[in-house]
Amino acid sequence: MNYDWIIGLKSELFTTLIIVVLLLIKLGKGMRNGSLLQITQLLLLVNLALAFGWNGNGYLFGNMFQASQLFGFEKAILIAGVYLLILVNHQWLEKQEHLPEFLVLMLSALLGMQTMISSGNFLMLYLSLELATIPVAAMANFDLDKKRSSEAAMKMILSSALSSGILLMGISLLYGATGTISFEALPQALKADNGLHLLSLVMIFAAFAFKLSAVPFHLWTADVYEGSPMPVTAFLSVVSKGAVAFVLTSTFYRAFQPMFETWYQLLAIIGLITIIIGNLFAIRQDNIKRMLAFSSIAQVGFVLIGISANSPAGLASVIYFVLIYVFSNIAAFGVAAVIAAQTGSEQISDYKGLYANNKLLTWIMALALFSLAGIPPTAGFFGKFFLLTAGAVRADFWLVIIAALNMMVSLYYYLRVVRNMFNTETAQPTIAIPVTVKLGLYLCVAGILITGIAGWIYDYIAMLNR
Amino acid sequence: MIGLEHILFISTALFFLGIYGFLTRRNLITMLMSVELVLNSVNLNFIAFHKYLWPSGMDGVFFTVFVIAIAAAEAAVAIAIIINLYKTHRSILVDTAEELKY
Repeated sequence: MNYDWIIGLKSELFTTLIIVVLLLIKLGKGMRNGSLLQITQLLLLVNLALAFGWNGNGYLFGNMFQASQLFGFEKAILIAGVYLLILVNHQWLEKQEHLPEFLVLMLSALLGMQTMISSGNFLMLYLSLELATIPVAAMANFDLDKKRSSEAAMKMILSSALSSGILLMGISLLYGATGTISFEALPQALKADNGLHLLSLVMIFAAFAFKLSAVPFHLWTADVYEGSPMPVTAFLSVVSKGAVAFVLTSTFYRAFQPMFETWYQLLAIIGLITIIIGNLFAIRQDNIKRMLAFSSIAQVGFVLIGISANSPAGLASVIYFVLIYVFSNIAAFGVAAVIAAQTGSEQISDYKGLYANNKLLTWIMALALFSLAGIPPTAGFFGKFFLLTAGAVRADFWLVIIAALNMMVSLYYYLRVVRNMFNTETAQPTIAIPVTVKLGLYLCVAGILITGIAGWIYDYIAMLNR
Repeated sequence: MIGLEHILFISTALFFLGIYGFLTRRNLITMLMSVELVLNSVNLNFIAFHKYLWPSGMDGVFFTVFVIAIAAAEAAVAIAIIINLYKTHRSILVDTAEELKY
């Protein structure tokens, strides 16, 4: 009897185990929310440790599922993201009446993302993409009696249903043109100058661009982010986006490799437009969630430029960037969640005078925003630097120059938040930070600083990629 | 004799009818039905390609079965969300849900 499949599937199996445990607790006598959260955190930590060790390379279920060290690391980033998210949003989660359901939905989406990363076949990709999307729409509706929440969920489920319809049309045309949907067999069958192949590439990319909220397909993002509860917004913008970025690399680098010339142009142009539009719209936002939504659109543009490099360096820089992005964005959302829990406001203009009595919160937010903007001592600078270096390999320097200029534009709206917080004209009362939230924020800060300073992290990712 | 072209014609027409319906209708249930049209056109495509072009592999048939199952799951969640939207807005027209914009 061969037990290799357990090693290949260990992250997925363990996530399923957590889901089953939560369901059993829900079916049984139930539990206080505090202890339920502690159990989930503990199990997620075990899962994270498992994801780092014993990673084998191999194929399972007739090439449907691929396990490798690199995929193991990508899954570890996602699990760490969910763990930090639960820590940082402790206040909101603890108040929920239906906490077990919320956690089950969130972990199901995580399970979908893990299988999505490992998928070696478009059937598997489609199934896991849906598993990663449908629960998130249900999560967006979790503030059941709020108008905004149900509007956000409606917008999300309808537009994601249409986008998966377009993805399916692309896959069906690909199947008709080549007779295969497996990532292994597609490179031999695809031709760069075949019209049907091009059409299916564009349709599949459109669906990915929708999930990533790249520009022509970004309109749902800000509305859904603003209407959803804060943990869901953070989950959508951090974990879900990171997962789709990973899948985009593995799909394009493997299945669509022969059409490289075409998708290079596609990614470069869409990436550039995404950065510009994301930045321009972020400037005029006053709601912190909406501002972070447009900022995440702009960040996705940088990721697309990194992916367009089509090199091992491109892949490594994308993974490195997502790792930093997880830390910085969760720290920003965490501080926003603490402030919203206390003052009930999500407006940037209400952050005035926060520094007077909340020095810790202000500094964490400032650090997170500096990292998102890409200012040198923080990790965000190195993330963007590697992405742009990888993108510059093709010698399209105008691309890199416009992207770099846009980093300056982005400074305006990030620093506006910081300036508001350091405003000395007014002073806000002290905001209490619970211990768990503090722990989560400290972990994020440590992540932002250490991933930037420790060069071996990037080397480690590049080594896994070999 | 019905050939591949006939079926592809039907499925393409269904696909664009679905997209058209999704973009023009104001009722959420009708929009959901339009999405189902899109998914069904894809099913037709898969079966037709399997029958006429690639009868040796089973990829197309399997894909269709999974698409039907997922479409049901998606519709279940979407209808739950629409029912809740009716509770909060007292209407299932998209125009009434316009609080979030710009």
